[in-house]
Amino acid sequence: MRSVEGALLDFRQLERLAERDSPLHHVDARAKILATLVFIICVISLGRYQLAALFPFFIFPVVLIAGGGLPVRYLVSKILLVIPFVLVVGIFNPLLDREIVAIAGPVQISGGWISFFSIVLRSLLTVASALILVSLTGFPALCRGLAQLGLPKVFVAQLLFLYRYLFVLAEEAARLKLARDQRCFGGKGTGLASFGTMIGHLLLRSWERAERVYRSMLSRGFAGEFHCPSGSSFGVGDTLFLLGWGLLLLAIRLYDPARLLGLLLTGGVQ
Amino acid sequence: MHMADALVSPVVGGTMWAVSAVLIARCSSRIKNSGNDRLVPLMGVLGAFIFAAQMINFTIPLTGSSGHLGGGLLLAVLLGPSAAFLTIASVLVVQALFFADGGLLALGCNIFNLGFFPAFVAYPLLYKPLAGSSPTRGRLTAAAVIAAVVGLQLGAFGVVFETTLSGVSSLSFSSFLLLMQPIHLAIGVVEGLVTAAVLLFVHRARPELLDGAVSPQLSRSLKPVMVTFLLAALLTGALLSWFASEQPDGLEWSIAKVSGSKELRGPEAGLHSGFAAVQEKIALLPDYAFRKQNEGQMVQAGTQLGTSLSGIVGGTATLLLALCAGFLASRKKSALKGSDAFR
Amino acid sequence: MSHHIVEVGELQHQYADGTCAVTSISFRITHGEAVAIIGANGAGKSTLLLHLNGALAATAGTIRIGDTLLTPATVPQIRRTVGMVFQNPDDQLFMSTVAEDVAFGPLNMGLSGAELEARVVAALTQVDALYLRHKAPYHLSGGEKKRVAIATVLAMSPDILVMDEPTGGLDPYARRQVMELLSGFQHTRIVASHDLDMVLELFPRTIILCQGKVAADGPTTTIFRDRELLARCRLEQPLAMQGCPVCREGAKQ
Repeated sequence: MRSVEGALLDFRQLERLAERDSPLHHVDARAKILATLVFIICVISLGRYQLAALFPFFIFPVVLIAGGGLPVRYLVSKILLVIPFVLVVGIFNPLLDREIVAIAGPVQISGGWISFFSIVLRSLLTVASALILVSLTGFPALCRGLAQLGLPKVFVAQLLFLYRYLFVLAEEAARLKLARDQRCFGGKGTGLASFGTMIGHLLLRSWERAERVYRSMLSRGFAGEFHCPSGSSFGVGDTLFLLGWGLLLLAIRLYDPARLLGLLLTGGVQ
Repeated sequence: MHMADALVSPVVGGTMWAVSAVLIARCSSRIKNSGNDRLVPLMGVLGAFIFAAQMINFTIPLTGSSGHLGGGLLLAVLLGPSAAFLTIASVLVVQALFFADGGLLALGCNIFNLGFFPAFVAYPLLYKPLAGSSPTRGRLTAAAVIAAVVGLQLGAFGVVFETTLSGVSSLSFSSFLLLMQPIHLAIGVVEGLVTAAVLLFVHRARPELLDGAVSPQLSRSLKPVMVTFLLAALLTGALLSWFASEQPDGLEWSIAKVSGSKELRGPEAGLHSGFAAVQEKIALLPDYAFRKQNEGQMVQAGTQLGTSLSGIVGGTATLLLALCAGFLASRKKSALKGSDAFR
Repeated sequence: MSHHIVEVGELQHQYADGTCAVTSISFRITHGEAVAIIGANGAGKSTLLLHLNGALAATAGTIRIGDTLLTPATVPQIRRTVGMVFQNPDDQLFMSTVAEDVAFGPLNMGLSGAELEARVVAALTQVDALYLRHKAPYHLSGGEKKRVAIATVLAMSPDILVMDEPTGGLDPYARRQVMELLSGFQHTRIVASHDLDMVLELFPRTIILCQGKVAADGPTTTIFRDRELLARCRLEQPLAMQGCPVCREGAKQ
């Protein structure tokens, strides 16, 4: 697991990506959310041995990354970070499932390896799609989109509060940690006792901050109702985006172009 | 531990999404109806607090390694079940979207595993009765440790259950369980101790925060229903998976036993057959494999792979095409907009 | 325009833990006045300010804004009249963009569409921060945050502005910007601050709080001349009145 500091840095970086300007950034959040959902379901619904059928789905992340002008290297490095976890669970497949299912020249391929690589590819695809969704939309717009799609307003409102105070509190925590570590030597002083008090302090400060925020909401006329600022309307472009991707992804899922193309290239040899 | 998208089948992921969505909707309306609107900023800020608190590590006693706060049980004690559940859910949403922890489809599973158990099981059924209204130091610590351990054990069980049911990993139910539960026992003890330490501090500094009156409680009529439902689900799942792992043909065998028929046949004509064809293509339930493949599945896998040599050639070709498309798109874009700083 | 009058009578506030932050405070501020409230840490300044729009409820005493007595029933109406800028702008800017934050109050007042937009633009223009409208609050500098926080209140067109430490933690340039804003307002202004030089420059009237009571209330220039009073209240003269230290050293030699 990575450090939270690193994760927060990534958080900022992704937010900055969302501030860029491309046609894809302007597509309605709802269209992007739904298209991503279709994509994930199509990818996940493939059988565990359908390794080759996963490849055509790379069209979705690749086109969005290129169209949105997102930094490839940065996204790839972020996506690779989740691989270790998947490896831990996936590595049992080759060990447990040793039936030979394919022979490529001298190499015998077991079903376990096929399903192992299929797990890895699926993770790459689904994680990429989630990151791309955020980088093309930004968290607040995403929340607004979710609210328009029917997520309860209370939930969305507190999600936005979380987002707003994430950095404020993280900076506070970083200062606390620095103050402690500067006075800790050789692992002494970082035990549970001081930790409990520190986190306790942080908690009380956060709590008091929440009270101040609530007060400042009240003094600006808040009366229990969260008003969503009028979101963008769902335009023709958004519909086209959603329909286009939805149909393309479904077609890829149903007709496995990888197999068709493969048959074409190898002349139908099995 | 977070579930990952890659290990979840659409049926499991979708079901857990639905369950979590219903819970989110219920909790949201409960909070809205409670009229306690100061809860909303409090929940948001405490969600951010969980992230911030995770930046601070501590040395785990006796081992010398370092750990940090998970926070589920702490939120439940501070906010009460409904608000805590929503807060944990939103922490997980942010993790899924920004930190690529878990994934979007597995989010439902994660919200349930890490949110439902601490908020609706560990806190109300264990921590609250064990700690009582005015706990001593020892009692509060014991209650927190027990509640945290049980909460995390249930969560780990959820992960194992959902993973096996999804059938993407070949790991058998029982060995995955043996792998997960002991690890989470240790994590649970540490989490309990940390939660207790923080709670003891708050208890000294601002005892009124621990009155737990902040959040509306689950109504009496609902609580037993939910708990019974949950226990029944767990039991059924455990039994089913047990049989499944004992029998060579896996879960299908146990389903056949339970439903009393060897196969579930649908009507062949018209719309239904069309639907069945689509379903066959989408393969919503990938073959359940636990320890060994049965004959039929082997054949199926074999035929899939027979065509897959050409499939791999085709797959690589399409991948190349996709990359070319992306390359062209970005070339065109940078030609239009001048040079792009990112490369 | 009698509704710009702020009248506080025998105000008392005891916190839940038993601390008496404000014991007995009375004053009357009339239309268009600019009044500074100064005092040591813990003298009760912030507590007093929080009462002025009903964020805290008084243990005893009355607050009257114009002709309206502050009661739970009149709180919503009073919050439209009294705009409160909090000490820490991070507590005040809680939405995801500056424009949304400025729109928060007007939206709650029931505005929408073009009217809402116009309010937001006007308020941000007034504090010279229109260029920040699409930014996220955590990307702003300290001075920018402060000015936007002021805009969030201006957008509700209050008659009375209450501010806690408007120049706290700002660099000299940002401080000067905020001061220029303050001097340009026509509102009745009540400000709590430790920035005594700002008080001297902008506020003709000063109230000193000491241990929850009013220790002095009068023209700022008179109050700042009374060194003994200031010392008793853990205060001192503004630097501008202390004379140049370099010249003073020179004079001694």
